[in-house]
Amino acid sequence: MTSSVARSTSATDLVQEVTQSEAPEAAATPCVKGWVHSLETGGTLDGPGLRYVLFLSGCPLRCCYCHNPDTWHMRKGKLQSSDDIAAEIASFAPFLKRGRGGVTLTGGEPLVQPEFCRAILRASKELGLHTALDTSGFLGARADDAFLKDVDLVLLDIKAFSEATYRNVTGVRLRPTLDFAERLSAMKKPVWLRYVLVPDFTDNTTEIEALARYVADLKNVERVDVLPYHDLGAYKWPRLDKAYRLAGTQPPKLEETERVRNIFRGRGLLAT
Amino acid sequence: MNAIVMSSRVDLNDFPTTNDPWRGFKPGAWQHEVNLRDFILDNITPYEGDASFLSGSTKRTKALWDKVAELLKEERASKGGVLDADTEVVSSITAHGAGYIDRDLEVVFGLQTDKPLKRGIMPFGGWRMVVKGLEAYGFTPSPKLKEVFPSLRKTHNDGVFDVYTDEILRCRKSGLITGLPDAYGRGRIIGDYRRVALYGVDRLIADKQEQMTSLEVSPLDSDILQLREEIAEQIKALNELKEMGTVYGYDLSQPATNAREAVQWTYFAYLAVVKEANGAAMSLGRVSSFLDIYIQRDLSEGTLTEAQAQELIDQFVIKLRLVRFLRTPEYDALFSGDPTWVTEVLGGMALDGSTLVTRTSFRMLQTLHNLGPAPEPNLTVLWSEKLPKGFKEFCAETSIKTCSLQYENDDLMRPYYGDDYGIACCVSAMQIGKQMQFFGARANLAKALLYAINGGRDEKSGVQVVPAFAPITTDVLDYDTVVEKFLPMLEWLARVYVNALNAIHYMHDKYMYERLEMALHDRDVLRTMACGIAGLSVVADSLSAIKHTKVKVIRDERGLATDFEIDGEYPTFGNNDARVDDIASWVVETFMGILRQQKAYRGATPTQSVLTITSNVVYGKKTGSTPDGRKAGEPFAPGANPMHGRDSKGALASMASVAKLPYEHAQDGISYTFTIVPSALGPTEDERTENLVGMLDGYVAAGGHHMNVNVFDQQTLLHAMDHPELYPQLTIRVSGYAVNFIKLTREQQLDVISRTFHQRH
Repeated sequence: MTSSVARSTSATDLVQEVTQSEAPEAAATPCVKGWVHSLETGGTLDGPGLRYVLFLSGCPLRCCYCHNPDTWHMRKGKLQSSDDIAAEIASFAPFLKRGRGGVTLTGGEPLVQPEFCRAILRASKELGLHTALDTSGFLGARADDAFLKDVDLVLLDIKAFSEATYRNVTGVRLRPTLDFAERLSAMKKPVWLRYVLVPDFTDNTTEIEALARYVADLKNVERVDVLPYHDLGAYKWPRLDKAYRLAGTQPPKLEETERVRNIFRGRGLLAT
Repeated sequence: MNAIVMSSRVDLNDFPTTNDPWRGFKPGAWQHEVNLRDFILDNITPYEGDASFLSGSTKRTKALWDKVAELLKEERASKGGVLDADTEVVSSITAHGAGYIDRDLEVVFGLQTDKPLKRGIMPFGGWRMVVKGLEAYGFTPSPKLKEVFPSLRKTHNDGVFDVYTDEILRCRKSGLITGLPDAYGRGRIIGDYRRVALYGVDRLIADKQEQMTSLEVSPLDSDILQLREEIAEQIKALNELKEMGTVYGYDLSQPATNAREAVQWTYFAYLAVVKEANGAAMSLGRVSSFLDIYIQRDLSEGTLTEAQAQELIDQFVIKLRLVRFLRTPEYDALFSGDPTWVTEVLGGMALDGSTLVTRTSFRMLQTLHNLGPAPEPNLTVLWSEKLPKGFKEFCAETSIKTCSLQYENDDLMRPYYGDDYGIACCVSAMQIGKQMQFFGARANLAKALLYAINGGRDEKSGVQVVPAFAPITTDVLDYDTVVEKFLPMLEWLARVYVNALNAIHYMHDKYMYERLEMALHDRDVLRTMACGIAGLSVVADSLSAIKHTKVKVIRDERGLATDFEIDGEYPTFGNNDARVDDIASWVVETFMGILRQQKAYRGATPTQSVLTITSNVVYGKKTGSTPDGRKAGEPFAPGANPMHGRDSKGALASMASVAKLPYEHAQDGISYTFTIVPSALGPTEDERTENLVGMLDGYVAAGGHHMNVNVFDQQTLLHAMDHPELYPQLTIRVSGYAVNFIKLTREQQLDVISRTFHQRH
């Protein structure tokens, strides 16, 4: 059920979870239907170890460098039940455990479909698997405390550290993300921070230094992944009839990425 | 302690020898009978640590490898990649004098001919092949040889073609059965080369003489006569082995007395075999942990340092990297990159739960770091979940760095073969010295499926290959109807296939018997008839498409189904989807069931492999469009791999599908090639190593049999295609073996590049 979760400031219908629970109220983990964009088994970049990475459809952000703009629209995915997903995860559980990994929900923005996520996370925990939620934090308010209890790690993607830059890059406000970050900090929930370094957009040193200071103060950030922008998803934009603002932007040089990592390291953070 | 009187021997180097070869070894049954397993388990020092003890190459090994690297460069630049070939002398154990690369730099001696990389000729498999091979690379066979072959001396190839039936010839020509060892050595027999080091040749001859005595029975029927003649030949070969040792100044009649001799004796035994037999796969077996016992003893006696121990293994490996056979261009197209399958298994666990990993397992892997990556020897890790952590991690690190390793599931095989088995070729397990196989290449099941649809006519040539039966005439394929036609097609194919193999192995035993390899076996060996299949994922996907969507047949003017239209999406193999994975398993089990009904030569037990080597490209070329949407001429996936790009749910799903294939019904092995870009394996080097270990543990636990591991990106390969000179040692794993990427044909390079690379953007 979605009703207990506070709605955030979102605009479009894309962020409304369209499907409702079909299982009786009494069931411990109700079966929920949700929109799935794709699946990667054996992913190693979204949390520790070998992971079952589920890409969910729908995202309220419109990041100018997005490499998966095909996940923005929820109904572009495939409607699946959480029970079927749970069964599939169960079939990989022995593999994931040996790989010291688990399950990662990403997207799109998984919190567009909080009840779907909740059901999958619960099922994963019942299987004894590590769980990770990869989110921009914009819809963090939708993840209530009970929800977060089933999340072992949050991969929090803070895309910029000033309202202006954030809005320029994503089209939405920064504050909800920071609220979420602070809530996670208060709960001492482990976080891996992710920062996508995009030349001319998110490479402002002052802003990055401020972010590093902020992140260091949170105390729950175990690791900072500085991800150099790449253009491998650029081809998808014209196919979706969308103009790509970053056409011509080159990925940052290795030294530049390393320089940014060092800013975080300077604050005592583990940056990779 | 069983003291053996040693003949005096000249020490050639700075390694002292003492008189008792078995000093310090724990006594046991191995002293009274030829029993290597017993010796190893009694005397092994398992190693549970990490790689930090290892040494780099010595100066002289580096100098030697530099010389070899130069020769390899010359070889690549030569016509057809053949540097030199003997045109005068028929190769045998004793045909050539001593050969050296640079005597002063060598620690382990012996070459196949008198010069490095000079290929010997072995005409007993087939004279025509020798002539074709020589001429293709610009050499002319001596007229003297032409007087002998084939008029005075019949060959295996002549024998086989004397008895082949018309139906066998039709299947061979159409490509329904391909790669049969009817014109070259069958290989895939592993001599127990360790026996020569542990016992010395004289003791082995005495043992064989006892076997002869044990066969003085009545009546002397054809089976006994055949075996007696073979043992007589084995004894001659053992005597020739001693003679070959003498050429290099060694007395092999007695056991090795130290590590250097143990390596030298073991290598000489193997070398004698590759001087005489040019089997497709000439595998080494399981020598590392055996040699470790000698190295360990020398280290504790203070007569060997770690650097010297590594030098022995490095130099042994250099020699193994130089093994060559003269082949024809047609052969190269099938088994690309000049492979010899000098397969050596490392690791594994003993039946009592202790590990068989030793420091020399590490030293063997270290050769890839010291000398750089290489396809040979074909290093094969027997993976168990219970292997020591340090070894697992060093294997994974080495894989990531060199792409030169393959992994096979020890936990799966140990119940079948015990704890002293090796791998012949790519994936064929056998107990060393106790078991051999009759290599049977493979049948093209994708083509068989098309024959089922087309009433036994070939979709390309139109020839009626199979005795005519009613073709399917409907526009849309019905699953039950197709299966109903496919089953009798498989039954016919299995019968013709095993007949062909019976003819081949009867003649091979008669005209090209592997005297020395079999001399290093027990008297009574278990024989398997190793059949194989190609095109498994094509067949599984085709049947899935027929079952789960509408597949429309497009027929040409001859009425043959030459193309198919698929309406809709269907579950494809490689996504952990039972709807199609069950079909793939059914195909494996069903064809094996039919093979088991055939009577195989010499009481052999039929088995099957799901393995293609690089022939997936040639098979694809010879096969028309298939109902899965694959177009005529397009390659099959290698081995048991899902078809290119159809495993869309990531690595674990792909592995899970393959791991479900029943090993019970494919005991000759199930080959899977896994390719991943480095960045997709993890963000840091440590995480990549850990993740690869986790993948292997998971795959093995799921029941997967074999995995080639490649870690590189497509850009590297594309660059290497254009600038081969910059990548002399770029090694990649293909189905069951490794090759120098730059030695592949362009077509095969493109095939490798087009395959699924697990990656994420």
